[in-house]
Amino acid sequence: MEESGSASPSRAITVHGLTKSFGNHHALKGIDFEVSRGESVVIFGPNGAGKTTLIKILATIMNPSSGRILVDNLDLKDHAIKIRRSIGIVTHQTFLYGNLTARENLEFYARMYDVPDRQKRIRELVALVGMAHRLNDRVGTFSRGMQQRLSIARALLHRPSLMLLDEPETGLDQEANAMLWEALRSGETGTTPTIILTTHSLERGLEQCSRLLILVQGQITFEGSKQALKLDDLKRLYRHHTGVNA
Amino acid sequence: MKYWQKIMTVTWKDTIAEMRTREIISSVLVFTLLVIVIFNFAFGTNQTTLNLVAPGILWVTFTFAGVLSLNRAFVPEKEQGCLEGLMACPVSREVIYVGKMLASLLFMLIIEAIALPIFAFLFNLPVLSLQIIVITVLTTIGFVTVGTLFSALAVNTKAREMILPILFLPVVIPIIISAVLATGTALAGGSWSELASSLQIIAVFDVIFLVVSFLVFPYVIEE
Repeated sequence: MEESGSASPSRAITVHGLTKSFGNHHALKGIDFEVSRGESVVIFGPNGAGKTTLIKILATIMNPSSGRILVDNLDLKDHAIKIRRSIGIVTHQTFLYGNLTARENLEFYARMYDVPDRQKRIRELVALVGMAHRLNDRVGTFSRGMQQRLSIARALLHRPSLMLLDEPETGLDQEANAMLWEALRSGETGTTPTIILTTHSLERGLEQCSRLLILVQGQITFEGSKQALKLDDLKRLYRHHTGVNA
Repeated sequence: MKYWQKIMTVTWKDTIAEMRTREIISSVLVFTLLVIVIFNFAFGTNQTTLNLVAPGILWVTFTFAGVLSLNRAFVPEKEQGCLEGLMACPVSREVIYVGKMLASLLFMLIIEAIALPIFAFLFNLPVLSLQIIVITVLTTIGFVTVGTLFSALAVNTKAREMILPILFLPVVIPIIISAVLATGTALAGGSWSELASSLQIIAVFDVIFLVVSFLVFPYVIEE
C-alpha cells in the first residue's frame, strides 16, 4: 500500500523530523533529507555525530524516537518487513557467525531473504568477492578482511535496491574496496541501487557519491551536490562544519 | 508456511552452531551430572530419604541447568555482532524468538534425556516412566519460553550471568513447585488423574508465558 502525502515515484528515501534519544543523550535532533532512486549519498561526520544511529534506523534495526521515514514511498513503521527485503547492509560488523562455514552463513541469510536458486547465487557471489576457495571453511578462521568480503556477499544475496554502507571499508584492502563498488555499479544487485554511505574517508566519499551530507551532533549542517567539489575544498568544508581535520 | 520455514531456519542455524562447538550441551550436561552425583553422595543410600528428596533434587538440577543453558541463548549473536543482522532480516521479531526458543528447547531436552537415565540409576528410582517424561517436557517448555525472553533482556546488560537468574527464577517458581509435586506423585505410583491438577498448572503456565513472551519479545529486542 502506497502512502499518500509526500509520496513520489522517483524518491527512494524521505526522512522527516527524525529524532533518536538514549536517555538524556540526543543522538539525532530532527533530521530531514531525501534521496532519489539510484542516487548515491555520502554522510560525513566526526565520531558520535549520529551516522551509525541513522543507518540503524534506516535498516529498521533501531526504532526512532520520533519522525517519519518513507522508503520507496512506504512508511518504515508500518511496512518494516517489506522494506527490509529491499535493503542490503554492510557495516564494520559483519553479521556472520564464526562457528558456521561461509556456505552455511550465506545459506542462512539466503533462506531468511527467500533468495531463489540459493546455491547458484551463493556460488556467484563468493566468486565475485574472491572467497570461493574458502566456501566450506568456518568464518571464525578468516581474517578481518576476508570476513568483510563475505559480508559484502551476504548483503548482495537478495539483490537489494537500497544499500546502506556504514564504514564498509573497515578491514578491506584497496582491491576489496574497489570490488565492492564495482559490484554495486555493475548491476550485481539487479538494478542501480540507491546508496547511503557513511565514512571517515572524504576521498572515498567524494569519489563514489553524487551528493553529500555533513552530520554534526545529530544535526545535518551541510547538504549539497558534489558537482565540481575538489578534495581540498571538501576538507575545508568539513573542517568548517565539524571543527576537526578530516 | 513460510513463517515456520523462517523459524526452522533460525533453529537450524543455532543447532548447527551448537553441534559444532557443543558449547552449551557439553558444559551444561557436565554440570547436571555433577550436581546429581553430589546430591547422591549427600543423601546416602537410604531409599526412603531418596524417595522423599528426589523430586526436589531433579528439579533444582534442571532449573540451574536451564539457567546456564539459557544464559548462552543470545550470546553468540551478541558477541559476534549478529543480532543486528538477524533484526535486519525480513521476518517479524517473533520468528527470531520462536526459532531461538525451539533451539534452546532442543538443547535442554537432549541434556535431560541423558541425565534422566543416570538419575534413575544413581537414585534407584523409576524416573523413566511416561508420566515423568510428560512432566519434564511440559516443564521444560515453560522454562525455555520464559528463559528465552529474559535471556534476550539480559544479554544487553553487563552482568548478564547474574541478571538472568534474578529475573527468571521468581517467575518460574509456580512451574517448579508444580513439577516437584507432580514428580513426587508419579514416583509414588500416582495415577494420571492424581497428576492432573499439577499438569494443568504447568500447561496453563506454558500457554500464558508463550503468548506473553511472543508479544513482549519485539520490545525487548528493539530497546
